[in-house]
Amino acid sequence: MINWSIIIEMLPAFWRGLQITLILLCTAGLAGLALAVPLSLARASSHPLLSWPVFIFTYILRGTPLLVQLFIIYYGLPQLDIVRQSAFWPFFRDPFFCAWLAFTLNTTAYTTEIFAGAIRNTPAGEVEAARAMGLSRTQVLRDIFWPGAWRRALPQYGNEVVQLMHATALASTITIVEILRVGRDVYYNHLVITESFGMAAVFFLALTVVLTLIFRILEKLFLRHLDPRDSANVSPSETTKVTVNA
Amino acid sequence: MRNTITSLVLTTVLAVPALASDQIRIGVEGNYPPFSQVAPDGALSGFDIDIADALCDRMQVECTLVQQEWEGMIPALSANRFDMIVASMTITDARRERVDFSDPYYDVPSRFIAAEGDFTSYSPEDLAGQTIIVLRNSPRADFLEENYPDSRILAVDREPAVYLELAAGRGDIAFGSSVVSAEAFLNTPQGEGFVQVGDPISLTRAGEGGVGIAMRKNDDALRERVNAALAEIMADGTYDEMASQYFEFDIMPEAARDALN
Amino acid sequence: MFHGYLPMILDGLRVTLSVAVVSLAVASVFGMMGAVAKLSASPVLRAVAGTYTTVIRALPDLLLMLVIFYGGQILLNTITQAQGWGYVDVNAFMAGTITLGFVFGAYLTETFRGAILAIPRGQIEAAQSIGLSRGQVLRNVTIPQMVRHALPGFTNNWLVLLKATALVSIIGLDDMMHRASLASAATREPFTFYMIVGAIYLAITTVSILGLGALNWRMSRSLRREAVG
Repeated sequence: MINWSIIIEMLPAFWRGLQITLILLCTAGLAGLALAVPLSLARASSHPLLSWPVFIFTYILRGTPLLVQLFIIYYGLPQLDIVRQSAFWPFFRDPFFCAWLAFTLNTTAYTTEIFAGAIRNTPAGEVEAARAMGLSRTQVLRDIFWPGAWRRALPQYGNEVVQLMHATALASTITIVEILRVGRDVYYNHLVITESFGMAAVFFLALTVVLTLIFRILEKLFLRHLDPRDSANVSPSETTKVTVNA
Repeated sequence: MRNTITSLVLTTVLAVPALASDQIRIGVEGNYPPFSQVAPDGALSGFDIDIADALCDRMQVECTLVQQEWEGMIPALSANRFDMIVASMTITDARRERVDFSDPYYDVPSRFIAAEGDFTSYSPEDLAGQTIIVLRNSPRADFLEENYPDSRILAVDREPAVYLELAAGRGDIAFGSSVVSAEAFLNTPQGEGFVQVGDPISLTRAGEGGVGIAMRKNDDALRERVNAALAEIMADGTYDEMASQYFEFDIMPEAARDALN
Repeated sequence: MFHGYLPMILDGLRVTLSVAVVSLAVASVFGMMGAVAKLSASPVLRAVAGTYTTVIRALPDLLLMLVIFYGGQILLNTITQAQGWGYVDVNAFMAGTITLGFVFGAYLTETFRGAILAIPRGQIEAAQSIGLSRGQVLRNVTIPQMVRHALPGFTNNWLVLLKATALVSIIGLDDMMHRASLASAATREPFTFYMIVGAIYLAITTVSILGLGALNWRMSRSLRREAVG
C-alpha cells in the first residue's frame, strides 16, 4: 500500500526540510523570548505610556492572521520605496528573513501577553516580604519576581512554542522548503497522500512530542515544589488553543 | 446581519453544480495573463478561457468553469473537482504519468527577463551565483535544475509571482513564458526598465512541449471529443481569429500548422 | 482608489465570513461529540476521541487542511465509485468548512469537556433527588451552566478559527485572501491589499471580542448577584 521507494527517494529532502523547520523555530523562538521579556514588563506596568503601546502591538499581531502578516512582510514591503532603498533591503530581499521576522513578531506578541499575565499575577505579599527582609530591588527582581513569573508562565509558554513550531509550516507559502513544502512537492509530483502529507505529519508529530517532553521536564524542574494534584486540574479556559483576550 | 450571513451561507453551500449528463467542468487558473485573468468584477477572460468556450461550443456541451490555484490543479482533476484542465499546462512526461493530454493547442518559447543592462546573455556561466526566479514544479524549473547547477533558484507558486519577485528585486533574473512576461510585465508600467535577455528558448523536445488540455487518465472518449473539436476550430479559422485578439505572432503548434497547410 | 478592486475584496469578505460561521457550527458538532465520547463509559469511544484531539492538536492547521482536502476527496471518490454511486462533487466551500470544523472540533472537545466537568456534581444529584427527569436535568441544569462555562473557551476558539480562515485560499476557496492575491498581481500593490485584509480581520476580531464579552457578562449575571448578595 505504501510506496516505500518514494519515501526513500524523498527522505533526504524531508531531512533538509526538518533542518529548515528547526532553524526557523529556534531563531524565531529565541528572538521572541528575548523581546517578550522587556515588553511584558512594559505591558504589565501601571504606567499607561508604557503599557498601551505594547498592548496595541500585541492586539494587532494577535488579532490578524499570521498568513496576512507574512504576506504583508514578504509580498507587501518591497512595494514601498522606503524599504527598497533602505540599508535593510538585503535582509527583506531574503524569503527566509521575511519568514523569520513574521514568526518572531507574532510569537513575541503572544509570549508578551503570557508573561505579562504571569507578572500581574505575582502575589504582592511575595515581593513585599522580600523587600521587608532587606533584599535590594535587583535582588527582588532576580530572585523572587522573575522565577515566580517564569514558573507561572511555563505551561502556557510551552503551548506557545508548539504553536510556533506549527506556524513555521506557513513558510511553505513563500518559497521556503521546510517540511510541509517537501510534502506538498511530493504530493504534487506523485499524487500520493501517505508518502507526502503523511510523511510530513510524522515529522510534525515527532517534533510536537519532543517539544512537549522538553517542557514537561522543564515544568518538573521549576514546579517541583508544587503539589502534583494542583497542576493536574485543568480549567476550561486553559484548554483552548491560544488565549487571545486573556 | 444574521439573515444576510445565513442566506449567504445557504447560497454558497447549495451552489454545488448539478451534474447533467452532457456537462463538463473545466479547471482554469485566472492568474496567467493574457491566457487567463480575473477582472475586478470577478469575470474570467483570456485565451485559455476563449479556447475552453470554443471547445464546449463545438462539443455541444454545457460547461462550468472552475477556478483553481495552479498548485492544486492536477490534484483537483484527479479528485474529480473538474473533468479537464484548460490552463496553459505544458505537456511533459512527468505530468503524463498522472494525466492524459489532448493534442497541443499552443506553443510559445520561454525567455529570460532582467533589468536593462544587467545581463547580455544567459549562459550557465553568466548566471552562476545569480538568483533565477521561476515557476515551481514547471518544465522551466526542471530546465534550470538541469542546466544551471551553479545558480540559486527561487521557485515561486504562481507565474505572476515570477515578475512580482523580479520587480521586487528578490532575484537577479527571471525565466518565464515569452508571452506572459511581455503581457503581464514588460508591457505594463511596472515592467519599465526590464527587458528580455537573449533569444527565445524552446523547451519543446521529442514528445514533450507545447501546451495541452489535461484530462484524467483513460478518459479516452472525452480526449477524442476534445481533439476533434480542437482540430475543427483550428481548421475553420476560429482559432486564428481568437489568437489574433491577443497575439501578433503565430502561437499554433508547428505540427498543427503544418497539417493545415 | 484601490483601482476598483475594493468591492471584489469586500465580496471575498462574505466568503470568509460564511466559511468562519459554518466552520464554527461544524466544529461545535464535532466538539460536542468529542466531549460526550471523552466522558463516556466506553473505553473505545474514549480512545477514539482521545486520538482525535491528540493528533489534530499535534499537527499544523495548514497540513491538516491539505490532507483532509485532498485525501478526503480521494477517499470519498473511492467509496462512491466502489458503491457505484457515480461521482459526488465536493466543492471547495464544503471541503474548507468541513476541514476547519473537523480541526477546531478537536479544540472545542476540550472546551466542552472542561465545561461539563466544571458543573458541580452535587447540583445534578440535587436536581435528580427532587425528582427531575434526565431530560429536565440536561435542559435546566447541565446545558445552561455548560454554556456559561464554555463561553470563554468558545470565544477564544472562535477568534483563532476566524484567523485560520485565511488558510482556505490555499485549498482553492475564493475568499478575501485569494481576492487580495489576484488584486495584488493585477495592480502590483500587494502592500495595499494585504493591509486592507489585515484591517478587516482586526475589525472582525474587535467586534467579536466586544460582542462575546458582553454576552459573557450577561451570562455570568447570576454568579455576580450571588457574589454581591
